[in-house]
Amino acid sequence: MTRIRFREPSIIPGFRLTFGFTILYLFLIVIVPIVGLYMKTFELDWPSFWRILTGSRFQAALKLSFGASLLAALFNVVIGLLIAWVIVRYRFFARRLVDAIIDLPFALPTAVAGIALTALYVPQGWIGRLFSPYGITIAYTPLGIWIALVFIGLPFVVRTVQPVLEDFNAEVEEAAATLGASRLTTIVRVILPALLPAILTGFSLAFARAVGEYGSVIFIAGNIPRQTEILPLLIVFRLEERDYAAASAIAAIMLTVSFLILLLVNLIQSWSNRRFGNV
Amino acid sequence: MELGIRDVRKEFNQYPALHGVSLDIRPGELIALLGPSGSGKTTLLRLIAGLDFPTSGQILFGDEDASNKTVQERNVGFVFQHYALFRHMNVADNIGFGLKVRPGASRPAKAEIRRRASELLDLVQLSGLEKRYPAQLSGGQRQRVALARALAIEPKILLLDEPFGALDAQVRRELRRWLREIHDTTGHTTVFVTHDQEEALELADRVVVMSQGRIEQVGTADEVYDQPNSPFVYGFIGESSSLPVRVANGELWLADRAIGLGAQDVPDGDAILYFRPQEIELLDGCGGCIAGTVAASRRVAGSRRVELKIGGQREQVEIELPVGHPAAQQSRVAFRPRRYKVFPAKAT
Repeated sequence: MTRIRFREPSIIPGFRLTFGFTILYLFLIVIVPIVGLYMKTFELDWPSFWRILTGSRFQAALKLSFGASLLAALFNVVIGLLIAWVIVRYRFFARRLVDAIIDLPFALPTAVAGIALTALYVPQGWIGRLFSPYGITIAYTPLGIWIALVFIGLPFVVRTVQPVLEDFNAEVEEAAATLGASRLTTIVRVILPALLPAILTGFSLAFARAVGEYGSVIFIAGNIPRQTEILPLLIVFRLEERDYAAASAIAAIMLTVSFLILLLVNLIQSWSNRRFGNV
Repeated sequence: MELGIRDVRKEFNQYPALHGVSLDIRPGELIALLGPSGSGKTTLLRLIAGLDFPTSGQILFGDEDASNKTVQERNVGFVFQHYALFRHMNVADNIGFGLKVRPGASRPAKAEIRRRASELLDLVQLSGLEKRYPAQLSGGQRQRVALARALAIEPKILLLDEPFGALDAQVRRELRRWLREIHDTTGHTTVFVTHDQEEALELADRVVVMSQGRIEQVGTADEVYDQPNSPFVYGFIGESSSLPVRVANGELWLADRAIGLGAQDVPDGDAILYFRPQEIELLDGCGGCIAGTVAASRRVAGSRRVELKIGGQREQVEIELPVGHPAAQQSRVAFRPRRYKVFPAKAT
């Protein structure tokens, strides 16, 4: 029988110290707050918890938050891939500048982004004006929320795919070409599958960020109950009412759903890593 | 498939990588492009494949001018040094890739592709590994899969770029013999690039020795080894020693002494004498010989290599003696090459 060992022998010293610190740190910074959140939720009795869960306002916000985040993250996967491709594969004037601009949504305070986006997309705004003749309103609708989430999620996919694409062996593409594959076939059947793990990572980062986003969304959302309210906003409302247990109940549900989605993405990823390994 | 290369030039940003190279390759031949790095051998191989296009000149596949055809149209099998396998596909899918991406009508049925893949796996002696992924194979196995993948498209010619360069010596020797067998079975016209002369001499029907974007010599292993036509080839293939000499009256002179060797029609003046360290005879007295003081002696495999300082000059040459030969213990050794070649000094 093989003995299951807690750690493999290693010649690198300092395991106890570094591992101990890691666990302590994670415990204090991540685990304790999350446990506290769930504990707070248990102050509610089941009927009131159930009332929050089935409340129409909560349900609408739940669907909007996760739906808009999912769509925004998916959209960012497509656009992010395209941008990463352009930055990595072509040499053009101001390539460095474009590369730097990608990070702006990271750097910009989200409230500033929210105000700027709102000003642009209201019916009188520079961009909103182009759409209002066709009866399309962007600001104060789910569409506006989606745009804000696309904005803040953009860098994630670009930054995760970019290094993998840079390392992609040109010989593999040439091999596909010598075997008769057209450019499109090569991209679809050879390059994209190789980028899949990075794409999944980018997707989950963009998605997680979008679900938790508050600052940029509340300005452009308009916050109409049951229509353009996002979950974080509901939490703020409950807090303002000093109903901390209800606030933490909403937060706990959000956390659980997010966790399950990210877990799923991670499982897909580790499956693909196991399969393809690292050649 | 006969392959013709006609006066092919290739420049990268004005920097010439190939200067007007011409070469004819006969159907079914196994050809080695041999040269140091930067000699243009890989460039030439990529031009044949269509992965790059010549600045001028023609590449003929049979009677057909392929110079402007795309790599997809040329239908060549190409094997890369670092395998370039598709790591998200298993072995069978890697091998079947070239058939699977064929347009509609010419694409074989799925079962046929599978059958073909396992047939090729048999050929490369990896039967039963269909479901493995490249990450689960050793380097040698990966290169076999890469070759099977290249053969699957029934290529007109097979091109290999340093196919064994990334493998260790043992696997290399094994794969070398095996490639020769595959070539004899399938009969593809094959061109491979290598910087390993042993590999080129052992494997190829003819060796193309290249240097600085030019072909120096084309010939069988015997020809390039025994009759090198330039100082470069003499120096690059096999062991060689060289010694500056002077030609006068149809004889070679070292300082003020004739060394008893004819000048091989090299005109009077400075010249360089090339010989193999093992192709020498030792002499007792020295009336027409090369004499030197022993500077060092090393054991190399089955023989002893002796470094000699020649005359008052700073020149050094190496000669090879049987192990235990008493001459290695002496302080002075006199010898004369049994076989040699003289090139005018300016040619180097």
